[in-house]
Amino acid sequence: MKRLFSIEFQKIWMNRSSRILLISYFIILSFIALIASLKIEIGSFNMRLADQGIFNFPYIWHFNTYIAAVLKLFLAIVIVSMMANEYSYGTLKQNLIDGLSKKEFVLSKFYTVVAMALASTVYVFLLSLILGLSFSSYDETSIIFTDLQFIAAYFLKLTAFFSFCLFLGILVKRSAFALGFLLVWNIFEGIVFAILRVGFFADSPDTARSVMRFLPLESMANLIKEPFTRLSLIKQIETSIGGAANAKIYDVQFVDVVIVLAWTVIFVLMSYTILKKRDL
Amino acid sequence: MHAVNDLSLEIRRGNVYGILGPNGSGKSTTLGIVLNVVNKTSGTYEWFGGTKDTHNALKKVGAIIERPNFYPYMTAYQNLELVCKIKEAPISKIDEKLELVGLLDRKDSKFRTFSLGMKQRLAIASALLNDPEILILDEPTNGLDPQGIHQIRDLVKKIAAQGTTILLASHLLDEVEKVCSHVLILRKGKMLYSGPVDGINASECYELRCANNEQLADHLGGYPGFKSVTAEGDKLLMFTSTPIDTAHLNRYLAEKSLYVSHLAVRRRTLEEQFLELTKESL
Repeated sequence: MKRLFSIEFQKIWMNRSSRILLISYFIILSFIALIASLKIEIGSFNMRLADQGIFNFPYIWHFNTYIAAVLKLFLAIVIVSMMANEYSYGTLKQNLIDGLSKKEFVLSKFYTVVAMALASTVYVFLLSLILGLSFSSYDETSIIFTDLQFIAAYFLKLTAFFSFCLFLGILVKRSAFALGFLLVWNIFEGIVFAILRVGFFADSPDTARSVMRFLPLESMANLIKEPFTRLSLIKQIETSIGGAANAKIYDVQFVDVVIVLAWTVIFVLMSYTILKKRDL
Repeated sequence: MHAVNDLSLEIRRGNVYGILGPNGSGKSTTLGIVLNVVNKTSGTYEWFGGTKDTHNALKKVGAIIERPNFYPYMTAYQNLELVCKIKEAPISKIDEKLELVGLLDRKDSKFRTFSLGMKQRLAIASALLNDPEILILDEPTNGLDPQGIHQIRDLVKKIAAQGTTILLASHLLDEVEKVCSHVLILRKGKMLYSGPVDGINASECYELRCANNEQLADHLGGYPGFKSVTAEGDKLLMFTSTPIDTAHLNRYLAEKSLYVSHLAVRRRTLEEQFLELTKESL
């Protein structure tokens, strides 16, 4: 495992574009901290976001993992191009000839995917911890470490998403097309949802949603639900407008975890199968 | 349609094998199959008597397929370092092999700055990193200039002299003739000949000319060991199954009142034999 990872790490780290993307990713990730200093001024209405409780434990775990996940596209580019490069340089063939098995090849890529997800997770965890300790109104240990489920979900979400990217890279062979495919797939899931909603389950939107949650991107998105309506400020607005607060479940759902895990396994296995079947 | 059909081949230690065939005859496909990058529809192969599975066996093999494949953004040294990790070979070999192919002074240059000849030599260095028992070279001189071709051939001879088994695929006949001890001739995925390079000279060839070539041809037919005769310009080419004594032939013809003005043994190049072999099967 160490050998496979060190092979892959060398391939990525020596590549200047990948290195720059990786470093930029972590720098931009730190800018979540800047949200703290955001001030909203509307006439006499003055508000500092940090004071609105977005950095309160345990809410911060939910908020930060949700925001940080948006940036995963940076790493997706690195992953897709690391695969596409192997094809265009002819090094995939050479690696196999040099004695790497196809299984080891896919594993080395998967380890990298996991390592990237893990690095990002640890970083977001530390960042949230520091931000929380600085801004949170609650700092009892038991409250700080409540809701760490979001950190775990974040790790799972990234691993699954990157596995999907890896699979697309192996399938499509070109980084631009693979990313294009990702976009197309995203739109495709939207269309499926529209068809289900309007066509098949017009009278029961919940059924449409329960079918949708089995699709890969949708299931990953479901892991960490949007945190905004959970904020006390928004809740207050909702109560004053609608009369009652939206009774939504924000926790990570076990079913979603299972679905996402299943997709991850499927993507890795399909990557391996494609590689095994293909003449290089 | 099969790229390679009914091909059976055994490689023995210490020999230099040439796989010869026109473009598209299945050389690279055959090598691709045993190197596990092309899937076979049927048949079997085994490495080192079947004692190792393919990817572990490949760690004891050095192979270059068609063109040198490396990461352009890494230096020569870094690329070889990566290959060492894959092959689980000691890093200390890198300098030694770079020295052998004459690239030691360029070891910190990026691969993309290399000329094709240098890339090909780096590929050979990479294939040698694990001191392989067998070195597989597929068209190693393809696209190189005469100087580059010469360097690669010298290198191959040098490696062969150290006792490494070499399997060289090429469509260049003189290359195989100069370097190899055994040859395998392929055409449209079928094997036409397999054996020592010398063994291919099974039929001997003699040039003859006299005043009356027609009469000459008639009488040659009665000579022991005769195989066939064809005309080439004003000469006749006589093929025999065994070498003959030209003095004896001369006397034989003189006794028939045929006086030849030209009699010579023709050394047939591999090219002619190759063309003849591939023509026969048309």
